[in-house]
Amino acid sequence: MAVDYKALKNGGFMRQVQKDTFSLRLKSVGGNLSADQLITIAETARRYGDGYVHLTSRQGVEIPFIKLADIDAVKETLSQGEVFTGVCGPRVRTVTACQGSAICPSGCIDTYPLAIAISERYFGQELPHKFKFGLTGCQNNCLKAEENDLGIKGGYTVHWREEQCTLCGVCVKTCRQSAISIADEKIQFAAERCNHCGRCVKSCPFDAWQGESGYLLSFGGTFGNLIAKGEEFLPIIRDQETLLRIADAALSFFERYGKSSERFRVAIERTGWATFKQAMEDAYHG
Amino acid sequence: MDDYQIDETVDITDVVCPVTFVKAKVALEELSEGQILAIRLNDGEPVQNVPRSMKEEGHKVLKLIDNTDSTYTLIVRKAGE
Repeated sequence: MAVDYKALKNGGFMRQVQKDTFSLRLKSVGGNLSADQLITIAETARRYGDGYVHLTSRQGVEIPFIKLADIDAVKETLSQGEVFTGVCGPRVRTVTACQGSAICPSGCIDTYPLAIAISERYFGQELPHKFKFGLTGCQNNCLKAEENDLGIKGGYTVHWREEQCTLCGVCVKTCRQSAISIADEKIQFAAERCNHCGRCVKSCPFDAWQGESGYLLSFGGTFGNLIAKGEEFLPIIRDQETLLRIADAALSFFERYGKSSERFRVAIERTGWATFKQAMEDAYHG
Repeated sequence: MDDYQIDETVDITDVVCPVTFVKAKVALEELSEGQILAIRLNDGEPVQNVPRSMKEEGHKVLKLIDNTDSTYTLIVRKAGE
């Protein structure tokens, strides 16, 4: 019987240069794997692979040198350890994330639960071409949001509480947008300059700046054959419901306008950014 | 407003980040919980980062004084372990 290499690839078995040998891509979300999952992966690599794993550029793990004859046994061994195979081909790929506010002092959003929600909603969904989500907790952008077809970056909508403030001036020094100044014994805040980085909130010794979490979205990033930065044009989004409504609309747009084997950005450019932006703004307003 | 008494002072204007924070942290370790440290630090990166680091370590920043000579004095009350 002929081997359906395409089906295997779609299920995460990436054909190697060596005959009937595959590098098996595993499912991960937000770059986290449990210690137990790692043990299962290590045992599988030792028993069925070549005794090592490869860490991919998108927080994934691959087990190289899986033999064609062992594929079913490998899947069974992995699934017993709650490790699942990843995907390749024209569909939603691994959702990547930094550790976010649950771990990192710089984080403005809790990235991991959001990465899980996005992965549960879209992972593996078929589209004209691959589609990557990436989540980063703040403007430090450790996860490089704009490289992704849909990038999500955490930010704060900030507001000053006069009663807490001692006018010490740390926020004026810390703001990289020159949005904060002191005049007439008051903080002057130029909201239109604010980029939602939250440094004023994080640095204020007196908690006089308050920040409310939100999401900044970028669309159409790609960092392979074509290198282009995702475009940010929507205002900061304050709730997950709106975020998912916009993500739904972005994927629908790609399904509707994208040609087969055409990346999201190319589909947007061919259709026109104005049309695309209008569709996203409509979704933003609900 | 100035209802604190400085127990110790440290000058970190002679070092750069990240040693600024290390030097301040070492000075704090010499103190007991509740004691007050005055840290003299430079304008620029130190004044942007050291107050935040103190806050993240759980210490209470009481005041930041602009010495108007491109240095600041940060008054910190040491937190418990």
